[in-house]
Amino acid sequence: MFTSLSLLIVGIAGLAAASLFLFGLLRMSSPVTAPSGIRVAGLGMAVAVAASFLYAFSASAAARPHLATNVGLAVVALCIGGGLAWWSGRTVAMTSMPQMVALYNGMGGGAAAAIAAVELLGAKAQAGTVLAATLMGALIGAVSLSGSLIAWAKLDGVIQQPLRVKGQQVLNGLVMLATLALGAYIVAATSAGGWALPLGLAHLVYIFFGGALAFGVLMTLPIGGADMPVVISIYNAFTGLAVGLEGYVLQNPALMIAGMVVGAAGMLLTLLMARAMNRSVGNVVFTNFGAAPKRKQGAVKGSLKPIAPGDAGIAMRYAASVIIVPGYGLAVAQGQQKLYEFVQLLQAAGVGVKFAVHPVAGRMPGQMDVLLAEAGVPYDLIFQLDDINGEFAHTDIALVIGANDVVNPAARSDKSSPIFGMPILNADQAKRVFVVKRGEGKGYAGIVNALFYGDNCNMVYGDAQAVLVKMIEAVKSLGLPAAA
Amino acid sequence: MDFPLNVTGLVALYIFMLAGFAGWVIIGRVPAILHTPLMSGSNFVHGIVVVGGLYALLNASTLQQQVIGFLAVLLGAGNAAGGYAVTDRMLAMFRASGHKAPGKKAGHVKALRTKKP
Repeated sequence: MFTSLSLLIVGIAGLAAASLFLFGLLRMSSPVTAPSGIRVAGLGMAVAVAASFLYAFSASAAARPHLATNVGLAVVALCIGGGLAWWSGRTVAMTSMPQMVALYNGMGGGAAAAIAAVELLGAKAQAGTVLAATLMGALIGAVSLSGSLIAWAKLDGVIQQPLRVKGQQVLNGLVMLATLALGAYIVAATSAGGWALPLGLAHLVYIFFGGALAFGVLMTLPIGGADMPVVISIYNAFTGLAVGLEGYVLQNPALMIAGMVVGAAGMLLTLLMARAMNRSVGNVVFTNFGAAPKRKQGAVKGSLKPIAPGDAGIAMRYAASVIIVPGYGLAVAQGQQKLYEFVQLLQAAGVGVKFAVHPVAGRMPGQMDVLLAEAGVPYDLIFQLDDINGEFAHTDIALVIGANDVVNPAARSDKSSPIFGMPILNADQAKRVFVVKRGEGKGYAGIVNALFYGDNCNMVYGDAQAVLVKMIEAVKSLGLPAAA
Repeated sequence: MDFPLNVTGLVALYIFMLAGFAGWVIIGRVPAILHTPLMSGSNFVHGIVVVGGLYALLNASTLQQQVIGFLAVLLGAGNAAGGYAVTDRMLAMFRASGHKAPGKKAGHVKALRTKKP
């Protein structure tokens, strides 16, 4: 009686948690309501975690003698895991957010895989669909764990270069197929009942996990830094699916719903990112990420025309409208604060300033928006590609700072260009364009940017932050309106 | 008195299907400017896996199961707590024009005020 009552409470808490998650995510549809959204979801999590200690009352007979130890271990694990992650999440720099999210994501995948391992290695009889779901969840969770860890290492600079070897795709495919085949064999052998397993179930499960972990590593190693938005989205979806599958195994609908919602969200973001990079998801999953095709292109007419930072700054001071296109180079130079300082000077002088952000600016979806928000830029000044692209044509000056491929007009016009068809910001249509750039080098895709050679374009060479300091000085020296 | 909660094969597919659509529709409404908090927020949501970890640990009867179960709770708790911490922090930074105070303190972003002084 007490057992079933405690399970009922756990069930109701799970239901409450699932509803609160959905409601919280719903409130994320606007920056105004989003902060309350995450709190609502947090409340759901607290309820679900607190209630799950009631599982103690329904523990299996075999686990009863260990119950006190297990509850103690659970509290310790919650405090250590939660405490460390909370502290790191509170202190991490905003520029390091992608690797942090990758790390937390890997933890979730690892947790799902660990749950599957307990189910598989425990004597709990599993067969057929449930066993298949457990193995599938284990596979996806383990891939997400090792893949996310590699993504973290790459984003954090622990691994510097994409690692590519010949025949890598074949190797990846073989590891994947072998792991899947082993999983299928385990299901078939256990379901048929009579088959003798050559190594014993435990050993097969170990090999299965080894294969899955190896695949996650192999899949992520060849990927270049600028492709990380896609990778992080994929692993987010993977962890969600793994959690959903383990929820089915544990007969816990809250896990199923939460996992599947995240799985769908991750899929959607993956598609959006792939589209913004002009690749199909198939291309992203089955070919080497970041192996940009290198093709000969027609020569670009015109020349690069440098301009001094101060002159560019003063030109913007006397413009009526300026659109700023920030790219990851701005974040690398840590120039966001200076940029907003400059923008405030322009605003004080009556210049209309807007920010235009490309979906893949940054190392995860929307990272540039967060970095601008951190620097103090109000969100109503930040515009996305579709909302602002029409405005460039009647804007006085476009300031491109730390961005390259996302403003390359070849994507619109040059069919031979590897980025042809990629959605770009039409900075070239502005009356005048300033491009802040460290040197004459090419962008990530390794192609020439016709924008830089346009008649309306001037290059401002230098480190983004140093350039902005000079622009601020130049505008301040005019001294007209009181500086903000 | 019994409260059975059995999710059998086909019912599970129904739940997955509905949750998948709900997630797709809800997430589709989120503007691109919030995609990073959305990602860390959905990352937080799959931290619910910690509940499964607690189930596994509380039902553990061997040392091996205890160790793996402990690991599951540890990782799941890290996922949930970390995801919440970063999402809350990021969302507190989004302000409309006219709100100058740097967002050290987490707080509601009030309704969009249009004019700055």
